[in-house]
Amino acid sequence: MDVTLRVWRQPDSASEGGFATYEAKGVSEDASFFEMLDMVNERLNDSGEEPIAFDSDCREGICGTCGVMIDGHPHGPQRGTATCQLHMRKFKDGDTIVIEPWRAEAFRVVRDLVVDRSPFDKIIQAGGYISVNVGAAQDANETLIPRPAAEASMDAAACIGCAACVAACPNGAANLFTAAKIAHLGLLPQGQPERYLRTVAMVETMEDYFGSCRNYGECETACPKSISIDVIAWMNRDYVAAQWKNFRKQGQQV
Amino acid sequence: MTTEHNARVLDAKIPDGPIQEKWDKYRFDTKLVNPSNRRKYDIIVVGTGLAGAGAAATLGEQGYNVKAFTYNDSSRRAHSIGAQGGINAAKNYPNDNDSIFRLFYDTVKGGDYRSREANVYRLAQVSNEIIDQTVAQGAPYAREYGGLLDNRSFGGAQVSRTFYARGQTGQQLLLTAYQALARQVAAGTVELFTRTEMLDVVVKDGRAVGIVTRDLITGEIGSHSAHAVVLATGGYSNVYFLSTNAMNCNGTAIWRAYRKGALFASPSFTQIHPTCIPVGDEFQSKLVLMSESLRNDGRIWVPKEAGDDRPPNDIPEEGRDYYLERMYPAFGNLVPRDVASRAAMRMVQSGHGVGPLKNGVYLDFADAIGRLGRKTIEDRYGNLFEMYERITDENPYEVPMRIYPAPHYTMGGLWVDYNLETTIPGLFAAGEANFSDHGANRLGASALMQGLADGYFVLPATISSYLANWLNVPPVPTDDPEFVEAEQELKDRIDKFLSINGTHTVDYFHRKLGKVMIDECGMSRSREGLEKALEQIAEIKRDFWSDLRVLGTAESLNQSLERAGRVADFLELGELMVRDALDREESCGGHFRVEHVTDEGEAKRDDENFAFVSAWEWTGEDSPPIRHKEPLEFEYVPLSQRSYK
Ligand SMILES: Cc1cc2nc3c(=O)[nH]c(=O)nc-3n(C[C@H](O)[C@H](O)[C@H](O)COP(=O)(O)OP(=O)(O)OC[C@H]3O[C@@H](n4cnc5c(N)ncnc54)[C@H](O)[C@@H]3O)c2cc1C
Ligand code: FES
Repeated sequence: MDVTLRVWRQPDSASEGGFATYEAKGVSEDASFFEMLDMVNERLNDSGEEPIAFDSDCREGICGTCGVMIDGHPHGPQRGTATCQLHMRKFKDGDTIVIEPWRAEAFRVVRDLVVDRSPFDKIIQAGGYISVNVGAAQDANETLIPRPAAEASMDAAACIGCAACVAACPNGAANLFTAAKIAHLGLLPQGQPERYLRTVAMVETMEDYFGSCRNYGECETACPKSISIDVIAWMNRDYVAAQWKNFRKQGQQV
Repeated sequence: MTTEHNARVLDAKIPDGPIQEKWDKYRFDTKLVNPSNRRKYDIIVVGTGLAGAGAAATLGEQGYNVKAFTYNDSSRRAHSIGAQGGINAAKNYPNDNDSIFRLFYDTVKGGDYRSREANVYRLAQVSNEIIDQTVAQGAPYAREYGGLLDNRSFGGAQVSRTFYARGQTGQQLLLTAYQALARQVAAGTVELFTRTEMLDVVVKDGRAVGIVTRDLITGEIGSHSAHAVVLATGGYSNVYFLSTNAMNCNGTAIWRAYRKGALFASPSFTQIHPTCIPVGDEFQSKLVLMSESLRNDGRIWVPKEAGDDRPPNDIPEEGRDYYLERMYPAFGNLVPRDVASRAAMRMVQSGHGVGPLKNGVYLDFADAIGRLGRKTIEDRYGNLFEMYERITDENPYEVPMRIYPAPHYTMGGLWVDYNLETTIPGLFAAGEANFSDHGANRLGASALMQGLADGYFVLPATISSYLANWLNVPPVPTDDPEFVEAEQELKDRIDKFLSINGTHTVDYFHRKLGKVMIDECGMSRSREGLEKALEQIAEIKRDFWSDLRVLGTAESLNQSLERAGRVADFLELGELMVRDALDREESCGGHFRVEHVTDEGEAKRDDENFAFVSAWEWTGEDSPPIRHKEPLEFEYVPLSQRSYK
């Protein structure tokens, strides 16, 4: 198949960017979206033009490195799919495809389609962990975890930190990302001692960098792991509860 | 080809005493650094996968000053994140006669007797602590309804000892390590450098004193010094171009260390994983693994008749050859990876391959779905089935999957002693980057175990034996001539890449190298093929250095430039792999020399002449490397021909 690409090119954060048009001819339907871009890059290099910079690593939808806007949709047209898992058979011969980097206040464009998502790490550093030094753990089966709790925790823990949620949000909010981590840890017995301190620290750090949530719900649609916005309700509830200081003192809800 | 008279016999510094007591004894005898002195030490950790993030976080918890480096944009993205199936431990929760000794035994046997007993025993010992630790950190492992942890089986074992978190075990384990690391970053004990690539090790007076790095965004070259350097930079399967590894995985860190004097052990011991999606077309950029756990319920078969073109569901039972069950009745579909891969290769070579390119075998779930119901299969493997369908456009609930072996893991790596220290004092290697505990073949679910064992438990316990010697000695300043020279060499090398201005992309050369490597130094190897490969690699290398085209500048994000450096190193590493494969005149595990087979066509070891680890020494650009030996002794697992019948 043949497609036309309109790709955002920007040499670095300081420079202006703009769209460039490239023809991608003879693309196999079975090629992945990035294999198509690899091919375009190979041809660009041969013709003396610098290849398009884009991030990818695992190419299996698990590392969260990739992510571009395709025709205005984070990760493109297919639901529950990271860009690297998208295949050209989802497009038609003759299509024009517009490719842009994530657009959000908090993320600086580094070059072309590559952005800086380091504020996500800052949110985790604020409290997205359980404080347990290596060597101090008890036998793993001493903590019984009801299967539904383990499953719900895993649903939230599936977040790959790609930031499609932020790119999808009209306000550039990071609530889905933050809430997914708060739910992952807060649903487990091991996560209880720090539950309220964690929630407050993470939410406040999030607010330092990102816009605020107005319940548009675009994030859930864009999420390649289909993480439910229910986790945001859970986070909001814990954040409110945490304001009652006895909860923080107790460290957990009784 | 080996200059025997220069060859040394290496001392692995294995503690004395019965194997069950070595690790405890070691920990009692080793030199310690007391808690208030730890902040006087700087430690560099390169790599933030399971091994690196685990080590950096733990050393931070202990009170050392740590600097951690990754080329990824976040430490949460290391290749470890992609591991699917699970992690082994000797908990014996299912009550099926498992024990530390059995895990040790299976791993030594699975590795075809080319690993070091003392290390493997220690690995089995700490395996249980890893499960305890990661549960405490919040890894959401699969559970039974009663709230206890669930287990599944993996290849090469007759017990259920694999812990898992859906098909995302690596993700969940890496996240616990990433979060532990984030906690130390917040506490100020770890300084984290993302999008920063280590491009050289700096050695002064014979010991490792720091590294040289490139900031991948600004292109700035910088130096960092420390009392000790840990490399936890993963494996080098991408030497084959197509592999299941993440796109950016590479061998540069360990290759640079090798060129600075660290010995490289067993470079040709690589693992070709039996269950991957077969290659589709020429633009394919990577291969996708279908977790080995699928072999628990899937049955592998090919049509009995070569060239049978019927769709799989039209081939009746009597027309199918469930060849693993036929050839290895005791282990059936769960034979170790090397055995399963070679069997698939033979099926395809004898014309029984399936799929449009006739380059696969079937992995069929029809029986399991019939027996357990679709829902159970969906619970167990739902995300893998979905991944398969996304890529191939075929529904594995209805049509059997097509699979074929693909490069996946490298058992070879930097040679380390019992302390995980390389032959350069002060330079340590952990995780897949060292030659590790897996001998000539790794069993499933034991890389995650080894990564976290090294990172959380072993390295933080052994590194003090080295550090204790340097109390109150400041690190070498980064304006020392050794650093200045290393920086200059790197700048010259980068200028060279940018100035060749030839006609081909980096990938063009990488693909060519990959083809030679998979054909001649992959699943099956012959003297003739390996000798030819040496010539072909030399030719590709010549062309690379004269006809490469890298555009752009050194002072910006330049992904072609990053890849150029990695492929330049792969060209040299590939050559060493071939030399090693040639030198080892036996078959063992994943190293299968067609000249050395049993009457039944299985790998035939030569214990009399090859029960040792080959550790190669760099001697310069134009002189052949020297092969040293670490003799292997098997006191607890008697040497025998592996049999999975
Ligand atoms: C698809 C797949 C599935 C797997 N499934 C399983 C499984 O189910 N069970 C199991 O036990 N094992 C599995 N494995 C193997 C296992 O995942 C790896 O062996 C293991 O995770 C390696 O961990 P590591 O910490 O040694 O290295 P990695 O996770 O590869 O980390 C390497 C780190 O080093 C950094 N790095 C490398 N070079 C440099 C440099 N020059 N400068 C700066 N940073 C650098 C990288 O950025 C990264 O942070 C699987 C592997 C694959 C490919
Ligand atoms: S490249 Fe890893 S999620 Fe897309």
